[in-house]
Amino acid sequence: MGGGVTLAVVQFDPAVFWHYLLEPSSVYLQGLLMTFALAVAGQTLGATLGLVTALARLSRAGPLRAVARLYTWVMRGTPLLVQIVFVYTALAAVGIFRFQDFRIGPLIVAGNVQAAIVALSLNEGAYMAEIIRAGILSVDPGQTEAAKSLGMTYGQTMRRIVLPQAARFVIPPLGNEFNSMLKNTSLVSVIGVGELLLTTNTIVSATFRTFELYLVVATYYLLLTTAWGVVQGRIEQHFGKSTSMPGGRTFVQRLFGLRRSVEAGIPSDRR
Amino acid sequence: MASEMPDGILAAIGGVPRPPTEVVIEASDVQKWFGRLHVLKGVSMTVQRQEVVVVIGASGSGKTTFIRCVNHLEKIQAGRIFVNGHLIGYREVNGKLVEDRESNIARQRQEIGMVFQRFNLFPHKTALENITEAPLRVRKMPAAEANEMGRALLARVGLAAKTDVYPWQLSGGQQQRVAIARALAMKPALMLFDEPTSALDPEMIGEVLEVMKELAHEGMTMIVVTHEMGFAREVADRVLMMEDGQIIEEGSPEHFFTNPHHERTKSFLSKIL
Repeated sequence: MGGGVTLAVVQFDPAVFWHYLLEPSSVYLQGLLMTFALAVAGQTLGATLGLVTALARLSRAGPLRAVARLYTWVMRGTPLLVQIVFVYTALAAVGIFRFQDFRIGPLIVAGNVQAAIVALSLNEGAYMAEIIRAGILSVDPGQTEAAKSLGMTYGQTMRRIVLPQAARFVIPPLGNEFNSMLKNTSLVSVIGVGELLLTTNTIVSATFRTFELYLVVATYYLLLTTAWGVVQGRIEQHFGKSTSMPGGRTFVQRLFGLRRSVEAGIPSDRR
Repeated sequence: MASEMPDGILAAIGGVPRPPTEVVIEASDVQKWFGRLHVLKGVSMTVQRQEVVVVIGASGSGKTTFIRCVNHLEKIQAGRIFVNGHLIGYREVNGKLVEDRESNIARQRQEIGMVFQRFNLFPHKTALENITEAPLRVRKMPAAEANEMGRALLARVGLAAKTDVYPWQLSGGQQQRVAIARALAMKPALMLFDEPTSALDPEMIGEVLEVMKELAHEGMTMIVVTHEMGFAREVADRVLMMEDGQIIEEGSPEHFFTNPHHERTKSFLSKIL
């Protein structure tokens, strides 16, 4: 069907592909490291921001709820790419805020890297807020009442009773969020952060090995998300493996039973 | 009397917690609405130190709502509830009720134990941890002391072997006994029981009632919402009958068994006895 003709014009050099895939230059490895670091930072800060926002959404204080709603509405309703450009370029252009390089010990964190982390965290915070809010609402209200009736304050009730139980609902979607985060970091290439995609762009413009190099970068993302998928599977399997234990109880109760007993060194199936 | 009984349940928490005032609960004209639904229409009652009051009534009569107001799990719109002489959940400002600060309400609740129909044990904590959580976090009790007290309480409710077991590994009756021990661990001046046996299989009701009877005999001040008339007859000092958000009849258990006045009381008792 003319396949031979088409193949004839494709200039794919497998040797180049394998070379860049298997023997990445140090620049490329730095890009990989940057991608990973951005994802971890964005997810960690985003989850923290999400927790605060979720608590604000569930607060009895009207203004707090309104602010939290506004924040999630804006962040979920605008593209991440626009948010990144806005935080770094637009804020500086109008003189509101300009990210400056700063030093933590031996490490210099460039302004655009800070902006990237801020934008990724702000965006992720809105999604994590919804996930955590749903998790908190999934916990039986009787748990809160029991804690209150014992004289526990709001903070104690949340920290000690509600959030540990909400965690079981939050862990699986959190894993999916990190998968998205790994890929979304590629967007910060537009503000010049030297992560995987920007590094690839640079090498492409020097070598013109466009197809091979974008295939390499796609493969790298695929490897990253696949590796994370394996880790995520392990985590969920670890927490879920006791579901077949006698008693036929929920995954959760086991989840915490297991986790606590591992900490305390007590077999969880002791009767 | 319980402090002289070395084997009593309350011995595990250092004897009967003695309410500071002779009148432990004083409720006057308590009014509550859920939206437009008027659920408490002027409930007034008092509970004396070491008194056991059983509240009966059909579902929807407001009995559960009322005892939930006593530790401010429910707000009230008018009236006053005093526990140990303190206005519960509110401050009075120019004759109006203003909800108190959350930390003050939390402090008031430390003196009021509550046992729920559905146990509400913390599923991520062992039986012992369920009991020691509040003494450790709220009372700031040293861990060794809290654990010792927790083990003693578990032993007194017949669950010495279940210290390290999670709630899902316990039967309903066992869970409810842990829940009673958990409430007692705060050494409350008063215990509220909200239909503590209604969610239990029949064969487990007895073991929970036994613990409650022992508490009553040891001198715990208690309000018990229940349909267990046998329990009422044996340990109640007074029975209150609620109907449509009001207390319509009040008297000794004997009065209710032999000579109830109110038509509604008669028909209610005829259904549950």
